[in-house]
Amino acid sequence: MKDLGFILGSWIVTIGGMATFAVAMFRRARRDATVVPPEERPWL
Amino acid sequence: MTPTLRVARAIAAKDLRVEWRSRVVTNQVLPFSALVMVLFAFALDDDGITERVAPGLVWLAVLFSLVVLVSRSYAVETADGALDQLRSSGVEPAGIFFGKAIALAVQLLVLQAVLAGLAVVLYRASIGAEGLALFASAALLATVGLASVGTLYGGLAAGVRGRETLLPLLVLPVLAPVLIGATRCTESAFGVEGVETSDGWPWLGLLAIFAVLFSVFGAFAYGPLIDE
Amino acid sequence: MTDSTAQKPREAARRDPVTGTRFTRVLGVACLAGLVWLFVFAFFVTPADVNQGESVRIMYAHVPGAWLAYLAFVVTAFSSAMYLWRRTRSLTWDRLAGASAEVGVLFMAISLVTGSLWGRITWGTFWTWDARLTTTAFLFITYVGYLAVRGLGGSHHQRARRSAVLALLAVLEIPLVHFSVVLWNSLHQEASVAGNTDVTMDGLMLFTLFLGVVVFTLSYVWLVLHRQRALHLRDLVDETGLDRALEARRAEAASS
Repeated sequence: MKDLGFILGSWIVTIGGMATFAVAMFRRARRDATVVPPEERPWL
Repeated sequence: MTPTLRVARAIAAKDLRVEWRSRVVTNQVLPFSALVMVLFAFALDDDGITERVAPGLVWLAVLFSLVVLVSRSYAVETADGALDQLRSSGVEPAGIFFGKAIALAVQLLVLQAVLAGLAVVLYRASIGAEGLALFASAALLATVGLASVGTLYGGLAAGVRGRETLLPLLVLPVLAPVLIGATRCTESAFGVEGVETSDGWPWLGLLAIFAVLFSVFGAFAYGPLIDE
Repeated sequence: MTDSTAQKPREAARRDPVTGTRFTRVLGVACLAGLVWLFVFAFFVTPADVNQGESVRIMYAHVPGAWLAYLAFVVTAFSSAMYLWRRTRSLTWDRLAGASAEVGVLFMAISLVTGSLWGRITWGTFWTWDARLTTTAFLFITYVGYLAVRGLGGSHHQRARRSAVLALLAVLEIPLVHFSVVLWNSLHQEASVAGNTDVTMDGLMLFTLFLGVVVFTLSYVWLVLHRQRALHLRDLVDETGLDRALEARRAEAASS
């Protein structure tokens, strides 16, 4: 496939971008969660 | 005169008096903008090019100087907590907004006159009678927009350490339409690249819309913004 | 402290759902499955385009990304208005605005990068100053500025008020920027650069595009839900962090 690099790159950026965001988000949230017990979280 | 206008006049007078006595704009900001104009010439290194892009350079210099002027305008307020005192005294925030914007506008107009003169001298720009009328109108309308946006976002970025660096990031994207409109008008005024002076007048419409929108919305948004 | 007593809190932490609920778990699985489905279709199942060739495969990520970014910013503006409007000034609206803006910036970045790569294939350049692209770039910078303002500090309500006003001003500013850039561009008549980008989409390609929009929307919802809860956790920690730390120290002192 011609230009495969760019096409693949686009999808890596897309999925990788979302994954990186999610991982960073969960890492931060996990740290905060150790301080706030589940009883005090309104969505649980 | 309504209370809001009275407040505005008092604050504008205060800001201008502070400037008159300290001469910060004349001694620091004007030289800075002149320097920017000279640096442009160094960077572009070509008389033909600088003559062609002179309008853009003038308004870029205005934008950069605006950031400095706004920081100065609020440094005056936050030095002794003056803005907080003003706010808590129950004064109409719209009055404060208009007052500071008017003072800022006066300083901007002086700046633009000087920069246009410098463009004629440094970049060999030329300007006729109709061009001058066009430029003056553009400068006036653009200044209303610049002063409104500067006062508004300056209020947000005022005071607390670390916020001043935010000001250019917030303000410059918003001012893109003013840059585009004012530059096109000035191109016509200077007759750059055979552009007819008459081509410039429609761009005033853009500047006018911007000016109206941001002066009106600015007055409303100012209260919540400085309400700390 | 021996190993066994130290392990219990760690195990508990690992089992802690943090910001997850059953709904988000189901949604998360759906998103993952959808993304795989989309990827497979984009790369293997759909044909190349008559005009664009293989580069159309990027469109299945680029177009949904752009749409979701705009949706995200609309949600941010709406939540900001809700925060300012309600007498109760609920911080949930503020956190929703913030979370949506973050995800919006993410999707906008994805959209800009994929669009740039697509342009590189189709037009040979990574960037062109056409009206849509330029306005998109401005939108991106504006919301980066918004996120910077959110990080300024101060009380939660100060943050909420500042960013709410900013979000509403952004909604005012974007059409102005778009309008001026379009006018500016009309001077240059660079329409020819756009070339023939018409995609005569057959049914399968249209379906894949639609699938892309659906999958991206689900991903947006999943990301925003989690991020909003994460922000809530952050705010709770801010409010009570010191008290909890003191309590924990006291409990330690009492038990030792």
